[in-house]
Amino acid sequence: MSSEIDLRYVAQLARISLSEEEESVLGSQLKDILGYIEKLKEVDVAGVEPTAHAFPQTNITRRDEEQPSLSNAEALKNAPADANGLFLVPKIVE
Amino acid sequence: MLNQLTLTELVERLEDRQVSSCAVTQDCLDQIKRVDSELHAFLSCDSEDALAQAKAADQAMTAGVTHREKPLLGVPVAIKDIIAVRNQPMSCGSRILHDYLSPYDATVISRLRAAGAVVFGRLNMDEFAMGSSNENSAFGPVRNPWDTTRIPGGSSGGSAAAVVADECIASLGSDTGGSVRQPAALCGCVGLKPSYGRVSRYGLVAYASSLDQVGCCAKRVRDAAVLLEALSGMDPRDSTTVPQPVPHYTSALTGEIKGLRIGLPKEYMVGGLDAEVETAIKAAVKQFAKLGATVVDVSLPHTDYAIATYYIIATAEASANLARFDGIRYGLRVEGSDPAELYSRTRGDGFGVEVKRRIILGTYVLSSGYYDAYYLRAQKVRTLIRSDFLKAFEQVDAILTPTTPTPAFRIGEKTGDPLQMYLSDIFTISANLAGICGISLPCGFTRDPKLPIGLQLQGKPFAEETILRLAHAYEQSTTWHKERPRIGERK
Repeated sequence: MSSEIDLRYVAQLARISLSEEEESVLGSQLKDILGYIEKLKEVDVAGVEPTAHAFPQTNITRRDEEQPSLSNAEALKNAPADANGLFLVPKIVE
Repeated sequence: MLNQLTLTELVERLEDRQVSSCAVTQDCLDQIKRVDSELHAFLSCDSEDALAQAKAADQAMTAGVTHREKPLLGVPVAIKDIIAVRNQPMSCGSRILHDYLSPYDATVISRLRAAGAVVFGRLNMDEFAMGSSNENSAFGPVRNPWDTTRIPGGSSGGSAAAVVADECIASLGSDTGGSVRQPAALCGCVGLKPSYGRVSRYGLVAYASSLDQVGCCAKRVRDAAVLLEALSGMDPRDSTTVPQPVPHYTSALTGEIKGLRIGLPKEYMVGGLDAEVETAIKAAVKQFAKLGATVVDVSLPHTDYAIATYYIIATAEASANLARFDGIRYGLRVEGSDPAELYSRTRGDGFGVEVKRRIILGTYVLSSGYYDAYYLRAQKVRTLIRSDFLKAFEQVDAILTPTTPTPAFRIGEKTGDPLQMYLSDIFTISANLAGICGISLPCGFTRDPKLPIGLQLQGKPFAEETILRLAHAYEQSTTWHKERPRIGERK
């Protein structure tokens, strides 16, 4: 494990723009936090299965039947921009 | 002042038709007007809608509907701003959702409505439930009703403060690492986190899906038991809810705890524990022994790794869950020259610094080359933490600890050092990793200033009856729960 973090790169992966001030504060704080997290290296985890959920339930399905859901108008109610019953987004493909 | 009634007292009076739901709802709304400019527990409150629901409840009672059929009929319950209530705002304490209106009811809201409750208010919180002090709310912090220069705890700070200040009869919160129990302890009320899977998360905005659970704040243990029964049960809309039957929780409140075994984890009585908290907890342990419980030492050897494990798993899950806030379908949008710039600007402007910190940390621990070292290792340590608890529960029925290492700290005291803030969650965080249930209740006060101290009981998965029974017996044999803050009296 390394405590070094390329903050600009990770922020770009997370799609979060940071101000210069945020970069400098977050950089040192994340270094501290990652330093603290290093302590997990002390634990012997050989042969231990990972836990993703405390009570995993599998194959929870329902019958494939149509059920009521939000109307088009309700689904678009909170949209920052919409047109013709669709979410309006910036051009993606030239 | 009907707003000062406990839920159980209110239900008795509503049943006897001594009071109306309109009158108690109005008293809650008046109390909000009186004290909330100081407390800031509510982000908003639709009084008209609350009174309309109260009127409907009164009409139902007149028409003969009983509290046996609808146990919460006419009871005003306030809601944390992270739980969807149809046509009400839901900001999650964030600028990115500042103008969002929920298009549907969360399952817990449908259940409250089915039980007859008056569902009202949007309770302030740390942004997206990330925080231990409420200072991460984009709209300014909630203040502690016992001392308004201090934090109420978080992230459900509004839920606890509103109950303690009698602005509502009870409230809903959410608990991912202690977010119901910790503010309940610091404000001085009962806070219950059910076992993972007991209560539906449908309509609860996701922070860390494998840890999140809806809980409640209430004035008494019995009130929390009534609420839990209304909230619990399998939900086809949340595949992580369990099929276990829902017990009649109030039947467990017999006052009889002889023969129950309580474990004290030796790893918890360590450095950093405030002296007055320690004294109060030791006195509570004696009280439980006096009531007939057997107290024994237990060991939870991986306690020291819980916070590191939590801040990897929770942030990893958060980085995925919060990807949905991208300025496309709802919430804030800041335009950019291409979609990627739009996302980055929207999220850069819309999220506060703690949310950014956690998303970035979560993105990092999941990123290529680090996944095994951080995320996978944390999941394995989670297994060890969970098996510590399950082993301890082979010897005991419940585990008793302080809820928090210290009483409420001052606003601003820890904001510069997030790691110190994270460390204050040490006693509550493991329950979420292990999926077990926990309850916090008042067990004393510090001397000067006078601040509440909370004790936590943790129980086996789906053994809420046991911790409620223990908590109720203790509560009924002490007077801490009867103390009231002086907020609002000075004017």
